[in-house]
Amino acid sequence: MEKNNSKNANLITIRNLSFSRGQRVIFDDASLDIQQGKITAIMGPSGSGKTTLLKLIGGQLSPSHGTILVDGLNINQLSRSELYTLRKKMGMLFQSGALLTDLNVFDNVAYPIREHTALPETMIRTLVLMKLQAVGLRGARHLSPNELSGGMARRVALARAIALDPMMVMYDEPFTGQDPISMGVLIKLIKTLNDSVDLTSIIVSHDVQETAAIADYIYIMSSGKIVGQGTPQELKDSKSEWVQQFMNGQPDGPVKFHYSSDNYFDDL
Amino acid sequence: MTYSHLGQNLKMITFLSSIGQSVLANLTKTGRGTLFLKQTLACTTSVLFHPQLIIKQLYSVGVLTILIITISGLFVGMVLGLQGYYILSDFGAEETLGVMIAASLVRELGPVVSALLFAGRAGSSLTAEIGLMKATEQLSGMEMMAVDPIQRIICPRFLAGCLSMPLLAAIFSMLGILGGQLVGVTLLGVDEGAFWSQMQSSIDFYDDIINGIIKSLVFGLIVTWISLFEGYDAIPTSEGVSRATTRTVVYSSFAILGMDFILTALMFGDI
Repeated sequence: MEKNNSKNANLITIRNLSFSRGQRVIFDDASLDIQQGKITAIMGPSGSGKTTLLKLIGGQLSPSHGTILVDGLNINQLSRSELYTLRKKMGMLFQSGALLTDLNVFDNVAYPIREHTALPETMIRTLVLMKLQAVGLRGARHLSPNELSGGMARRVALARAIALDPMMVMYDEPFTGQDPISMGVLIKLIKTLNDSVDLTSIIVSHDVQETAAIADYIYIMSSGKIVGQGTPQELKDSKSEWVQQFMNGQPDGPVKFHYSSDNYFDDL
Repeated sequence: MTYSHLGQNLKMITFLSSIGQSVLANLTKTGRGTLFLKQTLACTTSVLFHPQLIIKQLYSVGVLTILIITISGLFVGMVLGLQGYYILSDFGAEETLGVMIAASLVRELGPVVSALLFAGRAGSSLTAEIGLMKATEQLSGMEMMAVDPIQRIICPRFLAGCLSMPLLAAIFSMLGILGGQLVGVTLLGVDEGAFWSQMQSSIDFYDDIINGIIKSLVFGLIVTWISLFEGYDAIPTSEGVSRATTRTVVYSSFAILGMDFILTALMFGDI
């Protein structure tokens, strides 16, 4: 396992990334950096490959070309056991929460700790209660996943994602389908966790205002390429048509309202 | 060459192309399934060190299937008793009813019918469970927690299925024999001593019982493998899981009946 031990400000470095699904190109020579200890947002229209990017960083998919370095390690050259060792330092919050439905809230959060450590049950209990306290759901520890609201399920999933005190957490569409209160809670939690335990956070989202409120740096993707990047303020001031269309939610622009098709009148 | 000839050629090429694509897709799927089985078998040793995982699955795969196996076995044995009695009594050989029932059940009906019932009850349930775990990203979630879903989810279910099947087939055969005895001896008046003693002297432990157990072990492996693979390979949508569940029952049934012929030919036939 080759590891770059030098102190590097970038926890993740992606260079010349290309990835396709069948004939459809998802990434075309994309490069980006994720800074250590910062909240980096990956934004873009639906279907622009944001979730795919998280799966590529997590090693669940392999790029057709390019390199992805996570903590100095080339994720596509790792053996299965090396990849699993690295994943113990990564947390991921899935869009659906992905809680194990046959376990209750407590056991879901305890699951990675039980799998990867030999800690006594009393210590596991303390750790789990601390994580649940952080997301405000210590009192819901006995509930099963089907008794939770969408916002609560995501908070439990967040507690599970940070159970092993990872170096980074990837959030896949954390705000989608949330009511304003749940959304506010999640925004506060992501920001607080990132700042208090020195996490590196990657948020994949298309909720512009909420994400821009907490992100340190934003990448905007479209058609497999990075079409804009910068701090939230820099993007607001950007002259790029792509960036302006996305940041201001304009229905037409470089990203077309109509899916590619023949002439309308010829088609009728 | 006329336009109609061109059209016919085009149809033929399209037809041949669709056959080729279908064969390739099936070969690819078979390859994926074989790799899946290899990965599952590779995890067996480590899962044996976590017996609680297997015990939990033995309950949901095996214990919860006992009811359908018990009731079906009883009725199959009762029908065998009735039909057997009417045929054998024409030849004055109703005392051999016990042999006929036991041989039919232990050699064929026990392993085959219980495997078909197992595919319908436990196999479809396994496919739906794994398929839904995939659709709700639980399997992806485990991978990202550095937990191998093949080791933690698939392998315990596979072992539980393989262990349950011979036991369920034995229960089926036992209840079938009791059902046959109920009808033949209690209701139709076949001599009880002849019923049991002829059965005891004619049924061979190795040729009949062990071969029956081997059959049910093979069926258990095939049904559990198909069920788990179909769930793992399902398209992660409600329609995809529904189709995978249907395929499990259809493919398992074909595999059981086809494999039964091959095993019977090898064990009892002179082919």
